[in-house]
Amino acid sequence: MRITLHVNGVPRSAEAEPRVLLSDFLRGELGLPGTHVGCEHGVCGACTVLLDDRPVRSCLMLAATADGHHVTTVEGLAEEAALSPVQQAFGECHGLQCGFCTPGFLTTVTAFLEAHPKPTDEEILDAVSGNLCRCTGYQNIVKAVRRASELMES
Amino acid sequence: MTDVALSRKEDHRLLTGRGRFLDDLGRGALCAAFVRSPHAHARIRDIDVAGALAVEGLVAVYTWEDLPAGVRDPLPLLIPHPSLTHGRTPYALAREFVRHVGEPVAMVIAADRYLAEDAAARIDVDYEVLRPVVGIETAAAAEHLVHADVPGNLGARLEQSVGDAAAAIAAAPHRLAFRLDIERSASMPLEGKGVYARWDGEDLRVYSSTQTTTSVRMALSAKLGVPLPHIEVIAPDVGGGFGVKIMHPWPEEVLVPWAAMTLGREVKWAEDRREHFISSAHERAQIHHVEVGFDDDGRVLGLDVRILHDHGAYTPYGIILPIVTSTQLLGPYKIPSYHATVDSLYTNAVIVTPYRGAGRPQGVFCAERTMDKIAAHLDLDRAVVRRRNFIEPDEFPYDHGLTFQDGRPLIYDSGDYPQSLEKIKALIGWDGFAARREAAAAEGRRIGIGLGCYVEGTGVGPYEGAHVQVVSNGHVYVATGLTSQGQGHQTVLAQVAAAELGIGTEQITVTTGDTRRFGYSVGTFASRAAVMSGNAVAVAAGKVKEKAIALAAKVLGADPGSLECAGGEVRARDGSAAIGLGTLAVLSNPLRYSFDEESARAGQFAGVPDPDTPPLEGEPGLEATGYYSPIRSTFASGMHAAVVECDPETAEITVLDYAVVHDCGRMINPQLVEGQVHGGVAQGIAGALYERMAYDEHGQLLNASFMDFLMPYATEVPAIDTDHLETPSPLNPLGVKGAGEAGVIPVSAVIASAIEDAEGFAIDAMPISPSQLHHLRGAAR
Repeated sequence: MRITLHVNGVPRSAEAEPRVLLSDFLRGELGLPGTHVGCEHGVCGACTVLLDDRPVRSCLMLAATADGHHVTTVEGLAEEAALSPVQQAFGECHGLQCGFCTPGFLTTVTAFLEAHPKPTDEEILDAVSGNLCRCTGYQNIVKAVRRASELMES
Repeated sequence: MTDVALSRKEDHRLLTGRGRFLDDLGRGALCAAFVRSPHAHARIRDIDVAGALAVEGLVAVYTWEDLPAGVRDPLPLLIPHPSLTHGRTPYALAREFVRHVGEPVAMVIAADRYLAEDAAARIDVDYEVLRPVVGIETAAAAEHLVHADVPGNLGARLEQSVGDAAAAIAAAPHRLAFRLDIERSASMPLEGKGVYARWDGEDLRVYSSTQTTTSVRMALSAKLGVPLPHIEVIAPDVGGGFGVKIMHPWPEEVLVPWAAMTLGREVKWAEDRREHFISSAHERAQIHHVEVGFDDDGRVLGLDVRILHDHGAYTPYGIILPIVTSTQLLGPYKIPSYHATVDSLYTNAVIVTPYRGAGRPQGVFCAERTMDKIAAHLDLDRAVVRRRNFIEPDEFPYDHGLTFQDGRPLIYDSGDYPQSLEKIKALIGWDGFAARREAAAAEGRRIGIGLGCYVEGTGVGPYEGAHVQVVSNGHVYVATGLTSQGQGHQTVLAQVAAAELGIGTEQITVTTGDTRRFGYSVGTFASRAAVMSGNAVAVAAGKVKEKAIALAAKVLGADPGSLECAGGEVRARDGSAAIGLGTLAVLSNPLRYSFDEESARAGQFAGVPDPDTPPLEGEPGLEATGYYSPIRSTFASGMHAAVVECDPETAEITVLDYAVVHDCGRMINPQLVEGQVHGGVAQGIAGALYERMAYDEHGQLLNASFMDFLMPYATEVPAIDTDHLETPSPLNPLGVKGAGEAGVIPVSAVIASAIEDAEGFAIDAMPISPSQLHHLRGAAR
């Protein structure tokens, strides 16, 4: 079947079987491998993308279900040439090591800060507690969310 | 693109989705899927592939019968050892027997992964189920055997000895004997393993999510019969390793390139999470029987440890883990008489190879529980007992009289354990804790404090190398053979080269783990990258600097001693003359043909040549190769402390405070060192409170998913306070020791100590869950 998505502001269309996952469709059919698959069962959050600006696990969703919707992947977070505040903050605070889980954190945190521009520490912890990272021990990820909130304010 | 200060050179591509991990490569390649054993122990009666043939898009199905010589032989035993008398390795695809759930039985190649899995699901394997050996004690009892020709399930018996421990214990004023257990866990990187291979009829290029490309390359050359110069192995961005990816060659790492050669097509396999749980290596499970003799002050006089090590179904990585446990158990302490025996046992479970810490968490658990038990027995402060047993700062180099995992003497290079102890006590509030405990108790809360010390052999040899090259625009390219899995080597090694050459890190690009760029290497493990490749880069960059200064002296007609390398040029210290590194790179390579203005400067008719000397002296190019090979390992150290709260009703265990004092010698990049410590501590907390491999009596792994294997989220990892000490290593010019594994090593010991302190009864097995703590409370009543 033909599936059309608005990906990172651009209409994209490709053929795919009804059973193809959104994560595989983005990575394989549309050539956007920035979205990573860490567990294939919706627990690790690495594959998180924004569907109509809300975070969803692209490994738990069929591409066909997303037909006609707007999808933002990690490739679409940078604004023109500049990194987004969330990307910049993760880089400044050493909030990533291997970078495999990072796209899921970046999309999750982007949506979170849109809704909560001045979060408390507790809200931050809650916001990132659905994403697994094996490298950082989360210390600098939490710092990066705080820093991103500051950057967005200024 | 942006002027913000990112912490690392790696970060821009990783933040923008432009990293390239294994499964991001080879779009359009054929995909492999594997039929894996559903049984822990069985004989294969028959494999019927007929059902798979109907799947559209199927390209090939292979079983062991189909494999040629080399590929059909058992996989290598990577680290043979005289004590490993009954080493056994698996076949790439099972031959007659399967010995753990997840062992590969057949490989399917199809147009895409969906179709490959469709076909794999239709392959019918007829098994005769055999009795599995599950758990260390079952293995030791040996009522059933994992390998029919390995009596007692005993792969190796290893002995380590200094002095006469039995006599020292017998003569000691005080004696204690106890048993300590640690369960299985696993590295569990967010990216699983993966292989992608291309064959053009003569040359094989393999991408692997590995911690050692050079060794995979040599293994493939041996297995596939392709001459080494015709194989290249490249590690792309790798999504975490933590040890599991140092094991090689994995069955898939041989089979996928072989399939690419056989089919003349690109073939790829990316491990899924369930596959990772049931076929990639685990670690940690050991039982320890400890006997200790000590004096009235708590000084250890003799220590005897009998270790039962679960190495799983095969021993491809040898017995490195129990060697590490039995040597690193000594930690920062002077133990005059010591004896350790290890029985390394087969079980019908996934193989066991190093996971961050690699046998040290178990050894440290033994030593630190021992210190706590001595303190309890003598009613002494736990920190005081440790302090009395420390190696003193003026006793380095300190020779334990044992052989370490690199086959070299266990001699500590440097350290300052008393100072670390003072720092950790201050950081956690050790001395004021009694009052805090009382205040908490008055509120009906139960809190406890724990402490743990460790010494970690880091930067093991044999060697690493590096190549440094300045190109004509002045940019510097550095290549080293060892691989990266997120540690930030591109940043740290650029810092080393930058310091040597007097340029900014933005002028430097570092490549790791690509045999096209550097073919000689050992790999990334044992916290060795900064020590080994760091010093190799310094050596190579130093040679480039020498070469640049010599050439500049010739061109400028200056005394080499009056020149320095700084600001991207070689210049006279008095400022009278300068020449850019890029120009020197051009001039270092005399040309007949020029292709731009810059290269014309090296042409045959440029300048006035000396007719009596040849145009090229030495080797062309402003580049050099350097190697670093240490006589023995460096020894990093540290101490952790924690305050925990145990809920009196639910037995829920919460880590309130966590403090780390860490000494890895000179720190090249403190922010990255701290990041390594954070990640290690998180894995330590995971191993202490959450993660275990839950095998049932049939050898089925019951929690082979992220739903059931409780990897900590941000909410489970406490805030970590860190402090550093820098006692440089005298063994290498940079004075560095490794930092990669430190964070994880003492955590189970520390948490057990704190829970014991809170509860008032012994905690001798880790990890511990609330329900286990609840049962211990019942038993203690």
